[in-house]
Amino acid sequence: MTAVYRWELVKLLAQKRTYLGLGAAMAVPLIFVIVLTLQSGGPNDVPLGRYIRDTGLATPFVVLFFMSIWGFPLITALVAGDIVASESQNGTLKTILTRSRERGQVFAGKVLASATYVLVIVFAMGIVGAVAGSIAWGFHPLTSLSGSQVSAGHGTALLAASLALYVLPLAGIAAFALFLSTVTRNSAASVVGALMWALLMQLLGVLPGTEAIRPYLLGTQFEAWHGFLRIPADWAPVVRALWVCALYIAVPLVAAYLVFLRRDVAGD
Amino acid sequence: MSDAPPVATRGLVKRYGEIVAVDGVDLTVERGDVFGYLGPNGAGKTTSLRMLLGLIRPTAGDARLFGRDPLVDGAKALQGVAGFVEGPRFYPYLSGRKNLELLADYDGDGARSRIDEVLEVVELRDRAKDRVGGYSHGMRQRLGIASALLRRPQLLLLDEPTTGLDPAGMRDMRDLVRRLAGEGITILLSSHLLNEVEELCNRVAIIRKGRIVYEGGLGDLLATATTGYRLRTTEPERTRTLLLAQRGIAGVTLIDGEVRFSADEDTVARTAITLGQARIGITALVPETASLEELFLGLTGGESSDHDRVAVA
Repeated sequence: MTAVYRWELVKLLAQKRTYLGLGAAMAVPLIFVIVLTLQSGGPNDVPLGRYIRDTGLATPFVVLFFMSIWGFPLITALVAGDIVASESQNGTLKTILTRSRERGQVFAGKVLASATYVLVIVFAMGIVGAVAGSIAWGFHPLTSLSGSQVSAGHGTALLAASLALYVLPLAGIAAFALFLSTVTRNSAASVVGALMWALLMQLLGVLPGTEAIRPYLLGTQFEAWHGFLRIPADWAPVVRALWVCALYIAVPLVAAYLVFLRRDVAGD
Repeated sequence: MSDAPPVATRGLVKRYGEIVAVDGVDLTVERGDVFGYLGPNGAGKTTSLRMLLGLIRPTAGDARLFGRDPLVDGAKALQGVAGFVEGPRFYPYLSGRKNLELLADYDGDGARSRIDEVLEVVELRDRAKDRVGGYSHGMRQRLGIASALLRRPQLLLLDEPTTGLDPAGMRDMRDLVRRLAGEGITILLSSHLLNEVEELCNRVAIIRKGRIVYEGGLGDLLATATTGYRLRTTEPERTRTLLLAQRGIAGVTLIDGEVRFSADEDTVARTAITLGQARIGITALVPETASLEELFLGLTGGESSDHDRVAVA
């Protein structure tokens, strides 16, 4: 199993789209910091936006907000939507399925590789943002969403926890992309489809009259980390994000798994 | 390994909606066979091989490799089996060697230690470091064989291995297949090239529109052909009259002073004596065996659209 997982990572590392996604995840906070050092205004109406120049630690939090709409979903779908479909299109799926591994193992390898990718892009953004921000504005205490200050060290821990929590809704989008990738066997359709799914989730959240379902939409979970930034911490959104995202991850993955086990591998 | 035959399919059917791609195929490949699976393009050869490899699910019937069903036994059914359908596919962005390393790791069983050896066999060692994306079609075919050999197969399933190769490449590939067969590997080789099958295989199955129309030895197939004779004599007219009176002779015609008929060998021998006794001199008595190509076209209904036509390369 480790061999299958390792080779899935090797495949990702040999493909341009992986670097395109990872590069974008790292470029956005960098550009963000550069623009803000050149301009005087700031993103005052987003969480922590007012404190952006107080400490570099605020940068990744603000970028998380901006990238949750379509940036991260796109970067995620780019890879997760391709991971099965590209092998269908290249015909390599039949190559690896006629060796000594069960289909389930091959599928699990792809799921783990996608999850790894999502984890890496989120933390890469966080680290680049924090470092670039700190270079521009220093590594100082962070003002929490409750208004009180926490030490830079504490702020860093909160950042790590927030990034980890942020990975979950993104994994939900990755799971959906992987499902489309398995079912449609078409990379472009899966990438676009997963992005549409993410946008739909965002759209439902801002339409009037959706208040009742809003806490359970995938898009809402991108804000669950706000709970960590309250003093004391507000665990309700965090706990909800855990189980809501688990569902958004599990349902498409189980469906994709069942399709993958039984599907005809034909075509080119 | 069990005593079950390397390949045994019973009533294998694959239906895609209205289209029946494979329609009740029974095939048995015995140990040591180089088995030719012959048919025009679109006859159902590749679909059959896909079912054997467990890539697609049969609509009905079953396919077994050494007695194991890929649908039931999963990857275990492919133990000792290797091959490819519709040409081998590799990761274009990885080198030939990396591709083999990947597949060796998927195989386990010490396959990694055989990489150099199999690259040597297919003469790809010099290019192993290059990305497969830059390989020619022939090199990919050879890499396909190399990847199959990593599994130390007892059964090799090859789908049109020479398709798209230039004449030299075809010759090399056939030499390779012969060599592997010589090492005792059972080979099931699909082809639409008659001469290839004639050259390599000891047994054949001919498939047409998803159905097997012949299965058996190549020699037996040729022997089933009705054998015709052409006969030239000093007195064609009298010869014709005489033959018409003989028992066991059919299809007697006289064309351009040449009598044509069909009969078995004993009857032909008796007829020659009769002609001699009637003081008719035989100047030529030539048996006309139908060629494999004629037989093939007869069996496959002489499908003659350009696309379906069997190529005699």
